[in-house]
Amino acid sequence: MPVISTSGLARTFTTKAGPVHAVRSVDLSVMPGEIVGLLGPNGAGKTTTLRMLTTLLAPTGGTATVAGHDLLTDPAAVRAVCGYVAQSGGADPYLTVREELVTQGRLYRLGRAEAAARAGELAAALGLEDLLDRKAASLSGGQRRRLDIAMGLTHRPAVLFLDEPTTGLDPGSRADLWDLVRSLRDGAGTTVVLTTHYLDEADALADRLILIDGGTVVAEGTPAQLRTRYAGSPDASLQDAFLAATGRPANPADAAPVAV
Amino acid sequence: MLFHDTAIVFGRYARQTLRSRFQVLFGLLMPLLHLFFFGPLLQGLPLGSSADSWQVLVPGLLLQLSLFGASFAGFAIIIEKSTGVVERMRVTPVSRLALLLGRVLRDALLFTFQAVLLVLAALLMGLRAPLAGILIGFAFTGVLALALASLSYALAMRVATPQEFGPVINAVTMPAMLLSGLMLPITLGPAWLDVVSHFTPFRYLVDAVRDAYTGSYATAHMLYGVLVAVGFALLAVTVGTRVFQRAGA
Repeated sequence: MPVISTSGLARTFTTKAGPVHAVRSVDLSVMPGEIVGLLGPNGAGKTTTLRMLTTLLAPTGGTATVAGHDLLTDPAAVRAVCGYVAQSGGADPYLTVREELVTQGRLYRLGRAEAAARAGELAAALGLEDLLDRKAASLSGGQRRRLDIAMGLTHRPAVLFLDEPTTGLDPGSRADLWDLVRSLRDGAGTTVVLTTHYLDEADALADRLILIDGGTVVAEGTPAQLRTRYAGSPDASLQDAFLAATGRPANPADAAPVAV
Repeated sequence: MLFHDTAIVFGRYARQTLRSRFQVLFGLLMPLLHLFFFGPLLQGLPLGSSADSWQVLVPGLLLQLSLFGASFAGFAIIIEKSTGVVERMRVTPVSRLALLLGRVLRDALLFTFQAVLLVLAALLMGLRAPLAGILIGFAFTGVLALALASLSYALAMRVATPQEFGPVINAVTMPAMLLSGLMLPITLGPAWLDVVSHFTPFRYLVDAVRDAYTGSYATAHMLYGVLVAVGFALLAVTVGTRVFQRAGA
């Protein structure tokens, strides 16, 4: 039984220039314990899809269930079982790591003592123990991202959504984050849905990839399946498969600039 | 749950405020400047009532404090939207209404505290008024701060940048201050101005507090002041609640 399933999920924004169909129709099915990578060009609808699945944005069409709860009729139950880490993070730069972790615990309705204990556990699990009394603004990019993820894990969610979790991180921090995501799945059986623009990351981390373009799913499968299907061989580059699947020529004839 | 969540949100923002002496005191600057450099000009002028000039000016400055302070409260949420704090809180099961109420209660308390400091300064300048009247003045200050902060947060949730937010607030607060007669009683002016003035809700509040400062509590001004203040606060919190309950747009 899938932990996430959507059918025709859509979101249209009304703007002064007319309607913008950010997500036209997304059908997804994610099994428990899967690590799924959402790929797609900028503006494809990845973030809008995540914001809908995490109840931040009401869909304008379609249906979805997350961990057994209907997104449209019971958003509160969905919030209780899923965690979300936005691209921008979510820590106030002028507050300490401890304050943010404890507050997040309290917002998830933990008691005062429980919230403090949970903050300690999360800090230990994510290597933030020595930083508890530091302000978020003084953390490095990698530390900051671990704080964001710790806040998203406060309530031990069954499903974790990560929006571009490694953008802006150095290679070491990225590798650490990959290990963290894998350990969440292996240890707690957490289902992880993440968006990324890094194809090596998608390749290394995700069990399955879902390509979104123009607000719909254009391809899905394991990295090897996508290579074979779109670039002709399991040894082809994921980049070529990505470009072929999203309808962009892999080697456009006039790609080379005439003058630089 | 609403009470529990509101207390948590209030606690977070109250601690943030207490850590910043700048935030605690900054809103006082403009009313204090008026108190020190404008108040003395009114002494001895015929203000159309038997009240002392301080009894006329200080009620206006109290409401000015709320009007200019609380109307700009929304700036904080625009910053929190860009740092992701708002969405990070909205993905938790926390009551949407508590995210608003916790914030506006902090604001009501903050501006009431500033009002206390302002009245202490006014006492030094020569204000004399009955204690009950002064307390009534604080109640109006707090309720107005709560109402305006709700509207300010509601607007801030709907706009994307401080550049869209600031001009709107300025365009509303300046005419509101002039037309409600916060600095000088509107009754000194022509009849048309008095009529226009009655379309701004703050006019009724300032009339009520001015009555309270002279020890007249059972007056028509007081009745209208209370009705308008409570009605305006209910309306503002309703608007704020609607905006906060709807998922991000």
